Amino acid sequence: MLFDRTLMDLDLDPADRAFRDEVRAFFTENTPDAFKARVRAGMRLEPHEFVAWQKLLHARGWGAPSWPKEYGGTGWTPTQLYIFESEASLADAPVQYHQGLELIGPIIFTFGNAEQKARYLPRILSSDDWWCQGYSEPNAGSDLASLSTRAVRDGDCYVVDGQKMWTSYAQVANRMFCLVRTDPEGRKQAGISLLLLDIDMPGVSIRPIITMDEIHHTNEVFLDNVRVPAANLIGEEGQGWGYGKVLLDRERGVTAATTMRLRQQLRGARAAAAQARTSQGALLDDPVTADRLAQLEIEVIALEGMVMRTMAEAASGKDSGPRASMIKVRWSELLQEVTEFWVETMGYDAAAFGPIGNGAPTEPWPMMGMLYSRVTSIYGGANEIQRNIIARRALGL
Amino acid sequence: MNFELTDEQRLLQDSVQRFARDHYDFSAWRARTGRGVGFDRGLWKQMADLGWLSLTAPEEDGGLGGSPVDTMVIMEGVGRALMLEPFVASTVFAPTLLPRLAGSERTELIAAAMAGTAVVTLADAEPDGRFDLAAVSTRAERTAAGFRLTGEKSHALDGAEADWFVVPARTSGEGAEEAGITLFLVARDAPGLAVHAIRAMDHRRNASLSLDGVEVSAGAVIGEVGQGFGLARHAVDLAIVARLAEAVGAMEAAYEQTLQHLKTRKQFGQAIGSFQALQHRAVDMAIACEEARSMTYLATIAVSSSDPARRQTIAAAKARVGQTSLYVARQAVQLHGGMGFSDELAIGHYLKRLVMIDLAFGNAAEHRRQFAAARAA
Repeated sequence: MLFDRTLMDLDLDPADRAFRDEVRAFFTENTPDAFKARVRAGMRLEPHEFVAWQKLLHARGWGAPSWPKEYGGTGWTPTQLYIFESEASLADAPVQYHQGLELIGPIIFTFGNAEQKARYLPRILSSDDWWCQGYSEPNAGSDLASLSTRAVRDGDCYVVDGQKMWTSYAQVANRMFCLVRTDPEGRKQAGISLLLLDIDMPGVSIRPIITMDEIHHTNEVFLDNVRVPAANLIGEEGQGWGYGKVLLDRERGVTAATTMRLRQQLRGARAAAAQARTSQGALLDDPVTADRLAQLEIEVIALEGMVMRTMAEAASGKDSGPRASMIKVRWSELLQEVTEFWVETMGYDAAAFGPIGNGAPTEPWPMMGMLYSRVTSIYGGANEIQRNIIARRALGL
Repeated sequence: MNFELTDEQRLLQDSVQRFARDHYDFSAWRARTGRGVGFDRGLWKQMADLGWLSLTAPEEDGGLGGSPVDTMVIMEGVGRALMLEPFVASTVFAPTLLPRLAGSERTELIAAAMAGTAVVTLADAEPDGRFDLAAVSTRAERTAAGFRLTGEKSHALDGAEADWFVVPARTSGEGAEEAGITLFLVARDAPGLAVHAIRAMDHRRNASLSLDGVEVSAGAVIGEVGQGFGLARHAVDLAIVARLAEAVGAMEAAYEQTLQHLKTRKQFGQAIGSFQALQHRAVDMAIACEEARSMTYLATIAVSSSDPARRQTIAAAKARVGQTSLYVARQAVQLHGGMGFSDELAIGHYLKRLVMIDLAFGNAAEHRRQFAAARAA
């Protein structure tokens, strides 16, 4: 315990401690063993596993930890969210798939109409809908506002033509939220609208993009004269760009949740270093290796400290400035370094990726996690774009 | 989870800022160090009068019984204003170590430390021990009246200004054993004690010590005979977190001055802050400041907790604040261009202060080693 005169502390109050015990018990009992090795390596689950996990949490009433109660969320405090995510991390429990839950869900409950809320939100919670994000295009990556997919109003429909790219899980999704250009004139941000599509609408076709981890996460989506009911427009025409901003406030929570997972990769890397043998004994006892691991562990502690401050500020309704973007930058850099270290500790074991021929990789989770980590400093706004944004918005440069 | 200061701590923060503004602007600092003055006795007396030196002393000795968070609030201001007064000695070493003094001078000495009339510091290292607090080969032999101390101490923070030294010496054991170390209070004018004063690059006046048969009474023992290590460890851990706050104050000041420079300095017809290479550097400096502040909070909370991982947290913080603060200070020099290299700007002085804070009680590499050892234990 601290001296009485100070308020600064990390202790949880009794209610939060009881909550922690409840969450811990849940994760201990319910996390499938089959998930753990992949989760620890920083990999994503298979789509059907994501669905099963979401259904399990939903059945427990925890389907949307960050949503308000009126839309079926838990209404948890930031401290409770922090506890939930740190316990999930400790148990090697997976993250929930975020594109419905954290990206379009909050936009629907903030800007959607009553009919849209009733139609879509419950099916996000129950994982009966899988949403994919139609934002990026071949010529609109970091400069997203230059997107060129057109939507032209025709009676009670929009006719959509164009191409989306890097559309993760379009191959399993049944719905897509899509930024489209409804007005080609004026400022490029001003003519953008947000439309909800069904993947089975005529004119939607999907081509897989296989990524360097040999996984089919992502796709190109071609939109060819797709007739989308005008009722599927979110909010007002031409205001789509602004709706994305609601996500900035929510970003703190998502960033915090993913950052808490670095402990998993560190645990995996430490175990691998303890297991790896050298002629002098365990690799973990090699001073150079121990020193590198210590450095990574120290940097993760510093980042967790940033997360804790951010969560405490969220709990008291204070602004955290650019810290969420800073955490995203540091998290992706550290995930890459930790998974690279892990693979290095494996020595020649890291050469065993998959069977001869083109067969799918068997169980090379750390190598796949390391390869997957390369995208984390690119997606959601490349780290260079994050730095541009911080420099402009927070530093005033 | 709570990282808020109390109302009292906010008042203290204001008072430190006001004092720095009135007495410690950089030109006054530079004039004093230029005259060869480091520690200004007049200012020190004023700081004592403001109550800063009593903040962490025990209540039964007339102090305010404050916490490491109170010390943190002051030390941030110390770093920001590059203050050279011996705060760590007087607000960490004295109130942690003197209450355990066996002899009857305890009350009088604590009062003198609070009044700023006596400076008490810890001689924490030996020539062959590098940063290892347990590497004590200075011997303490029993005599009829007490003990006779012989050995070398390579470093005592603010030692050139100190009136008293706390000297770890071996009453039993050997090498780097934690058991068998006893702490002794030695007066600066004790026969047989040679104080080799030396100025560091940041103008702080430290000392190394030679003890050649220094006679002390049994009342000079601090804590228990043979069990001084834990007390020294705790005092040094408190000193580490105090200096982390000092580093945060110094690095944030260097960062803010650099950001200002990027906005006002024009080259090629535009503010240099409009160049993306420099913008990204500034963002990385801002991130480094956030990391350092967060780590300092964690360590400051940990140091007085019963958390079994507290030593890991402190070592992690010392390592990371050392790295991030030196990154910020070095980039601050770089982004100021030629002027950053001059003695005339505060920027170079922040770098020198931060090099010395990283060194204090073991640098980043040493604390990374300590962290790894604590993880393995």
